[in-house]
Amino acid sequence: MGLRKFVDKIKPTFSEGGKLSFLHSTFEGFETFLFVPNTTTAKGAHIRDCNDIKRVMIVVVLALIPTMLFGMYNVGYQAQLSGCPELADAGVMALFWYGFLKVLPTIIVSYVVGLGIEFTFAQKRKHEINEGFLVTGLLIPLVMPVSTPLWIVALSTAFAVIIGKEVFGGTGMNVFNPALLARAFAFFAYTPQMSGEKVWYTVDGQTGATALEQLSTYEAGAELPYSLSDAFFGFMPGSVGETSTCAILIGAAILLFTGVASWRIMLSVFVGGLAFGYLFDVAGMTEFPAYYHLLVGGFAFGAVFMATDPVTSAQTNTGKWIYGFMVGALAILIRVVNPAYPEGMMLSILFMNALAPLIDYFVVERNIARRKKLIKNVK
Amino acid sequence: MSKNITLRKGLDINLVGKAEAVVENLPMAKSYAVSPLDYENVTPKLLVKVGDKVEVGTALFFDKNNPRILFTSPVSGVVSAINRGQKRKLLSVAVEPDQQQTVKELAVVNPAKAERSEIVEMLLQSGLWTRIVERPYGVIANPDNQPKAIFVSAFDSAPLAPDYNFVLKEEKAAVECGMAVLARLTDGKVHLSARKGDEGYMSQVKGVEYHTFSGKHPVGNVGVQIHHIDRIAKGDVVWTVNVQDVALIGRLVLGGKLDMSKTIAVTGSEAQKPAYKRIISGAAVESIVGKVSNDVRIISGNVLTGRKTEADGYISADANQLTLIPEGNVYELLGWAMPRFHRFSVSRAYFSWLCPKKQYKLDTNLNGGERPFVVTGLYEKYLPMDVYVSYLLKAILVKDLDKMENLGIYEVLPEDLALCEFVDPSKIEMQQIVRDGINLMIKES
Repeated sequence: MGLRKFVDKIKPTFSEGGKLSFLHSTFEGFETFLFVPNTTTAKGAHIRDCNDIKRVMIVVVLALIPTMLFGMYNVGYQAQLSGCPELADAGVMALFWYGFLKVLPTIIVSYVVGLGIEFTFAQKRKHEINEGFLVTGLLIPLVMPVSTPLWIVALSTAFAVIIGKEVFGGTGMNVFNPALLARAFAFFAYTPQMSGEKVWYTVDGQTGATALEQLSTYEAGAELPYSLSDAFFGFMPGSVGETSTCAILIGAAILLFTGVASWRIMLSVFVGGLAFGYLFDVAGMTEFPAYYHLLVGGFAFGAVFMATDPVTSAQTNTGKWIYGFMVGALAILIRVVNPAYPEGMMLSILFMNALAPLIDYFVVERNIARRKKLIKNVK
Repeated sequence: MSKNITLRKGLDINLVGKAEAVVENLPMAKSYAVSPLDYENVTPKLLVKVGDKVEVGTALFFDKNNPRILFTSPVSGVVSAINRGQKRKLLSVAVEPDQQQTVKELAVVNPAKAERSEIVEMLLQSGLWTRIVERPYGVIANPDNQPKAIFVSAFDSAPLAPDYNFVLKEEKAAVECGMAVLARLTDGKVHLSARKGDEGYMSQVKGVEYHTFSGKHPVGNVGVQIHHIDRIAKGDVVWTVNVQDVALIGRLVLGGKLDMSKTIAVTGSEAQKPAYKRIISGAAVESIVGKVSNDVRIISGNVLTGRKTEADGYISADANQLTLIPEGNVYELLGWAMPRFHRFSVSRAYFSWLCPKKQYKLDTNLNGGERPFVVTGLYEKYLPMDVYVSYLLKAILVKDLDKMENLGIYEVLPEDLALCEFVDPSKIEMQQIVRDGINLMIKES
């Protein structure tokens, strides 16, 4: 293998004592990306499952692709709807291409900034580079409004990676979902640029409220802001990746089939959301069917890709049920009761990220109690 | 008769190289060895020197922590080497066998009539005491302890494991006698567990509490069985004995002399002809599998928990199986992104779920780099115990003794977490972590 020979040849330069040894982790990152290393088991089990974190992460990236592609198309479609003259009679591919060009810079900025920081930290700590950001780096552009200025994307990515992740020790140690943290940072630090009716459009001067914003002033009997099918397939304004419940469900199917995401969390988020949506409907605080909540805004996207992040969600199976249910319930609670934030999913997941260790604590305490009871039985 | 216990968690890994049901009697090997490294927490003190003549059952060294525990020679002959490693650490004592095997005289007692202390002394003198494992911690049993119960698993569910019903086909009397000996060592019960539907004569063994289990590996692990029969609480001491070692004990009593021969399975994709072999414990590996290339890993035991053994080494005392698999020291271009039909994964991110019956030829590649804990809920699927694996491991990593105790360190041995280690995409060395945790508990207690 020529490539392998080349890698072996340049390897000493990056190894300790080599000229470029300060780039050791970076080199190793690229080397293990190209080649699964020849490390053999030294202790413990002699054979190992061929699954590794790279594969796990790449499956999530794969699951995000449908929402990303649809999101790109929808950016073009929304621009066309709002009367962008150059798109007046553009076809599907032209609309997609328009959106692709709008979204691509965000993706590039997010990956370059995030990976740059990850590589630097890995280098300083002499660690291997973690794959977690492969997912985070794609999630960030998908949860931002399409017109978010690139410098805000860069700044919030940096904030999320440094303050959200690296200060805790990197992938696997973080408390909050980094991608949501990036969005929360952008949302609260740059509210004017991140909210209002303009941010969902790429053409200057065009405005339009998201379904959620319209729902907050919805009166009984009026027509729903978007038809069920538009809401399900995602032909409405919103963050790039969040609009199409259909595309999200394709991703969900991939995650659930491969077992990468927890079905307990996903299911219980939807159950929690539906239960509270129904509750408010019955209580007369909302005038539209409860399931409509699950189709609009970031609910489905959050339930499938954000709440299920294994690092920041509850870790015990019982905990996952509680955590998921509360994520769904809180999201609807915030949507309905708090007039300041039409979208509750982001805050709800971040809040439950903080509470997840507490939920797990009580679940594990029960396990400990069962074990302690054994001692009493003996004596 | 107690009811069958079905375990739903676990995994059977189908590997190439299952032993064919034929037994070949191997001739005497050139060399045999006893190694203190086959046991946990033994500080050996030598009793012989190179050139000494020994008989079957002559003590070669003892454990300084408990001088009553003797490690005896499986053959008669001359001590040919005392192998030492770094800092003069004793690796093994090798014995070159002579033509005429002579056996050291032992005071063999009738288990039905003798005092418990006489039985204990017989087992200590013969060296068979070292085959009794104490839990918590998985160390050689302390002869001063009174165990709450003794557990014997009559089957091994590990990949390519020997079929004890076949191995012990002719040894029913020895197994029954061995169980009778164990019954005298505890005031509690002796539990014998067999696999449902493949019980052989185990259900006929008298004087024991008989259980049947069904399910996937690690259903045959005695630790898992204990968890479902009578869990270990803080302060409990239980003993476990491998069923082939029960037969060794039985044979000592029935025959009146020590006989360390046993049947092992030679398995794995790199074994010339996977089959059963009749050997004497501690035989040189070369005498069993011949010359083996450097690209092959020889394992004393199974692929999940066995010890890596060199081609010029010896089979471990506790191993009833040798496994030969290819070393995996090769690079794989973009392996993590490939379909990898030839490799096995429990994750449906790969494709082994498509062919559940396929037998795999797996190598020793780690298949990735070590990462922090990321995935959750995966490990618990492969440990049929009420234990939160990652919480226990994290408690061990931060050396929090109280938490370790609360989260179940007394109930597990490294072998019980071997499957979790196998499936872990973060490639965390769980068995080593558990071993370190146990050693810390021993040190602090």
